[in-house]
Amino acid sequence: MPAKEYHPDFVGTVTKYVFIESPDITPQHLAIKAYEISSGVMIKETCFGLQVTGKPQEVDEIIKELRKTDPAHIFVKDRGFPPGDTRRCRANLGGARPGYYGHEFEMGLIRFVSKGLLNDENGEKASDAELKDIEEKKSEKLPVEELLKIVNSEEN
Amino acid sequence: MSKVFIYPSTSLILSDMVERFGHEPLGVAIAIRERIQTPGLDSPPLQMTPEDPKKGLKYAAVEVPSGVRGRMALFGPLIEEAEAAIIINDADLAFGCMGCARTNELVKFSVRQRKDIPVLDIRYPSNEDEGLAFVQKIKEFLSGLPEKNDPGKKKGGKK
Repeated sequence: MPAKEYHPDFVGTVTKYVFIESPDITPQHLAIKAYEISSGVMIKETCFGLQVTGKPQEVDEIIKELRKTDPAHIFVKDRGFPPGDTRRCRANLGGARPGYYGHEFEMGLIRFVSKGLLNDENGEKASDAELKDIEEKKSEKLPVEELLKIVNSEEN
Repeated sequence: MSKVFIYPSTSLILSDMVERFGHEPLGVAIAIRERIQTPGLDSPPLQMTPEDPKKGLKYAAVEVPSGVRGRMALFGPLIEEAEAAIIINDADLAFGCMGCARTNELVKFSVRQRKDIPVLDIRYPSNEDEGLAFVQKIKEFLSGLPEKNDPGKKKGGKK
């Protein structure tokens, strides 16, 4: 395949996902709010929230304002591709775009994190047992001595 | 403000938590964006060039599949740049073909080889109580890292 020159779009910009999982605010509310405060930044409303593309400082300011709407229920992350990029957009791929499995999985857990953020804001503290529960359970792994015992018992 | 490497590197929750508590998350989107916005010869689909697997040689041997080396060309520099790291173990979304799976193992191994940075090992919460513990753990970990414009503050030790 002959190599062709690549001219990137939106050079010097950043794209951020804004996910909203709130009982009070919808992506539409958020999009209207974002349009109100933006100046020349590209905003795309999606089923889960928004994609905001623009110069880093402008995007940061918008995100900061949007977060104030419902801090514990708005989650933000970076995106490498700009919206509508032909290599990623499902309009060009002819099917669902790859990469949403991760979003879907984490959106299922986000209510626990939101609750955690709200409780943390109210000064609640987790017990030592709860803290231990979310740490890596190293003790659950089979100790080498135990494995050797099993191997030896099979050989005998 | 410290640069915090996150694993899974596409994690929304980790990315948000790190940014929310005043630090810079180092996820794969940063590396992808750099390639997407660099003009040059088109090498679809990700503007990965033949140079990238060569860069990956620094992190994986030549007999390792080029997919792993290509992925490590993205992750390797981020791990080197990191001043701290948060790893979520047993993440259901971090799976894939052998390329992805082996790269994931190599990424975690490489992070743990960095003895000079604090690393937080954690699991996803499965209920509201664990959600509080999850947030608290991350907040405590991140508050031990140097703040923005405060390079004098001592780093937290290895967790």
